[in-house]
Amino acid sequence: MDEEYDVVVLGTGLTECILSGLLSKEGKKVLHMDRNDYYGGDSASLNLTQLYRKFRPGQEPPSELGRDRDYAVDLIPKFIIASGEMTQILVHTDVTRYLEFKQIAGSFVYRDGKISKVPSTEMEAVRSPLMGLFEKRRAKKFFEFLQNWKDEDPATHQGIDLDKDSMKTVYEKFGLEPGTQDFVGHAMALYLDDDYITKPARAAYNRIVLYTSSMARYGKSPYIYPLYGLGELPQSFARLSAIYGGTYMLDKSIDEIVTDEQGKFVGVRSGGETVKAKQVIGDPSYFGAGKQTDGKLRVVEESKVIRAICVLKHPIPETDDSDSCQIIIPQNQVGRRNDIYIAMVSSTHNVCAKGIHIAIVSTIVETDKPELEIAPGLKLLGTIHDKFVSITPVYTPTTTGQDDNIFITQSYDATSHFETVVEDVQDVWKRVTGSDLVLKKQEVEVQQ
Amino acid sequence: MSKQFQFKLVLLGESAVGKSSLVLRFVKDQFDDYRESTIGAAFLTQTVTLEDQTTVKFEIWDTAGQERYKSLAPMYYRNANCAVVVYDITQSASLEKARNWIRELQRQADPSIVIALCGNKSDLSARRQVSEEEAKKYAEEEGLMWAETSAKTGEGVSEIFTAIAKKLPLTAPPSARTGAGRAPTGPKSVDLNKQPAGQNSNEPCNC
Repeated sequence: MDEEYDVVVLGTGLTECILSGLLSKEGKKVLHMDRNDYYGGDSASLNLTQLYRKFRPGQEPPSELGRDRDYAVDLIPKFIIASGEMTQILVHTDVTRYLEFKQIAGSFVYRDGKISKVPSTEMEAVRSPLMGLFEKRRAKKFFEFLQNWKDEDPATHQGIDLDKDSMKTVYEKFGLEPGTQDFVGHAMALYLDDDYITKPARAAYNRIVLYTSSMARYGKSPYIYPLYGLGELPQSFARLSAIYGGTYMLDKSIDEIVTDEQGKFVGVRSGGETVKAKQVIGDPSYFGAGKQTDGKLRVVEESKVIRAICVLKHPIPETDDSDSCQIIIPQNQVGRRNDIYIAMVSSTHNVCAKGIHIAIVSTIVETDKPELEIAPGLKLLGTIHDKFVSITPVYTPTTTGQDDNIFITQSYDATSHFETVVEDVQDVWKRVTGSDLVLKKQEVEVQQ
Repeated sequence: MSKQFQFKLVLLGESAVGKSSLVLRFVKDQFDDYRESTIGAAFLTQTVTLEDQTTVKFEIWDTAGQERYKSLAPMYYRNANCAVVVYDITQSASLEKARNWIRELQRQADPSIVIALCGNKSDLSARRQVSEEEAKKYAEEEGLMWAETSAKTGEGVSEIFTAIAKKLPLTAPPSARTGAGRAPTGPKSVDLNKQPAGQNSNEPCNC
C-alpha cells in the first residue's frame, strides 16, 4: 500500500467497476477497494448466508431453501435492455467472455386489475386485450409514424416537431386513449411518472425506439439477464480491470478520505495506512451518505426507493408460468405518482434453487408508509414465502469533483434497466479524464 | 471424427509461486526469468491430444493478481472443471497457502472439480523446503492429483496437464463457444456479439 496510484476506486458496484475497468485499460494505475468481503456493493447478488447477514443478522437461512451456493439474489431489480448502451459496453469491452445471458421471458403491464402481456408480435397485438379494435387502428398509425420518422425527411413528420411539440400533442394527434398512453409511456418508454407528457416528444420517441428495437432483437421481451445474477456484471468488469493491472482489495474498511488544506484529495486512510492517489472515485456510501463529513456535504438524498425481495415457490400467477418477467403497474392504475415494478427471475437464470422464484417489487417512496405503497405489487405475486424489505436513499453528488479530485457516483435508481448507470459512467468519465468516453472495439488477447 | 472437449481450468496459489509461468510454458513453451505478475489476457487456451485422438481444450484462467488480497470473485471458480493449485517447493509457507486455496475450492467450486496440486520450481531443489513425501501424502489424503514441475526447464509441465485431461470425465457433449462445462438449463442463452437479423430501428413494429 506504500505505492502511489493514479486513481483509488471505492466500492465495487457496477458503476465503479466499469470505470475501474475502463481506466485500467487506458493505462491508469488503479487501486480498487470495498468495505464488504464480496463484490458488487449495492448492485451485488448475494447467496443465502450473505442475504441473511445483511437483512437478518444473527439468523441462519432455513435449510428448506436449499443450498447456499445455488443462490445469487440481486439487491437491485434491473434487467439489461437488449439494444441499449449497457449492451454496447459489454460487447466493446469484451467482458461478454465471462458472462452468459438469457432472455427475460416476458414483459407484462397491469391494467384494470389484470395483467396482460406487452405484445411482442403482431399476432399478440391482435389478441391483446390492451386495446379495442378501433384503438388498435389508431395505435397502428401512431407506431407507423414513429418507425417511419426520419429527421431529414419532413414528409415523415406529419406536421410534428419532435423537439418542440410535447408528447401530449403527439398522443392527441393520433387520438390515443388514456389507457393506451399509459401503456406506451410506462410499459414501452419506461417512464416512471407522467412528467414526460408535457415535455418535447423526442426523448419519449427515443425510448420507444429503444424498446421496440430491443424487443425485435431476441423476441420474447426487450430484456436479457446474466446467468448467476446481476452481481456477475461488476465481477466481470473487475476482472477486466485486474487483467490490465488493477489491484483489488475487498473487506477493507475505509476510515478517512484525506484532503489537504485546500480540501483537495490526497489519499484514503484504512486502519493505520494511508494510500495516496491523484484522484478518487467512489459510491455515495463512502462519502457521508447524505451526512456532513469534515464539514462538507458531499452527497444529498434525492428520493428513496423501497424494494421488497420476495421468495416465491411458484411462478407469478397470470404470467403463463414465465420463468422470468417484468410487470409494470403504471401509476395511474393505482392512484400513485410513480410506477410500481416487479422483476422476477428463477432457477433458469441460476439465481436460486429449483422451484423457487425471486421477485422484487419496487417503487419510489411517496409517503411515510412505504410498505403500503407496494401492496398492489405484492398482491399480484400469490403466496409470498418470505420477504426482505429495504428502503434505500438515492444519493447524488453535490459537486462535479473537478475542484477537489473527489468524484462521486450516483446511487442506483428505480428504473428497470441499466441505461442511467451508463449515463453516470459517461458523466464520471468525463469529469475524471476531461474527455468524452469513446468505446473502441478492442479484442482482449486470447492466445490460441 | 475425433471428439473434442473444452474445459475451464483455474490457477490458484500464492503470488510469485509461478502460476503464470507454468501456463506460459504449457501454452507457448516459453519462460521469462523476470516476468512481472499477471499476464494481461482474459484467458489462454491450449489443446491436449490424448492417445485415442480425443482432444481436450483447456480454457485457462489466471488470477490476474486478484488472489493477492484474497479478492478473487466467485465468477473465477464458477463452472471450473479443473484447478491447478501451485506452491513453490522452496517456500514451505506456500504449501500452507495452497491448502487454504484447496479448502476454498472445496467450498466454492463444483464438487466434481478435478484438482491438481503442483509443486513448482523443481529446478531449485537445492533450496527445497517442501519434501515430496509431505506434499504427496497431503494430496493423497485430499484425493488430489500431485506433481512437481519446473516452468523454467519445462520438466513435468505438459505431463500434469495431460494427466488432468485424462482424468476429466469425457462424457459430456462438446460444449459451445464459451463452452467450459456450462450446463445449459432450459432456454438457450443469447449471444450479444451476434448482430441478429433485422436488428434495425426502422423495422416494422411488433406491437
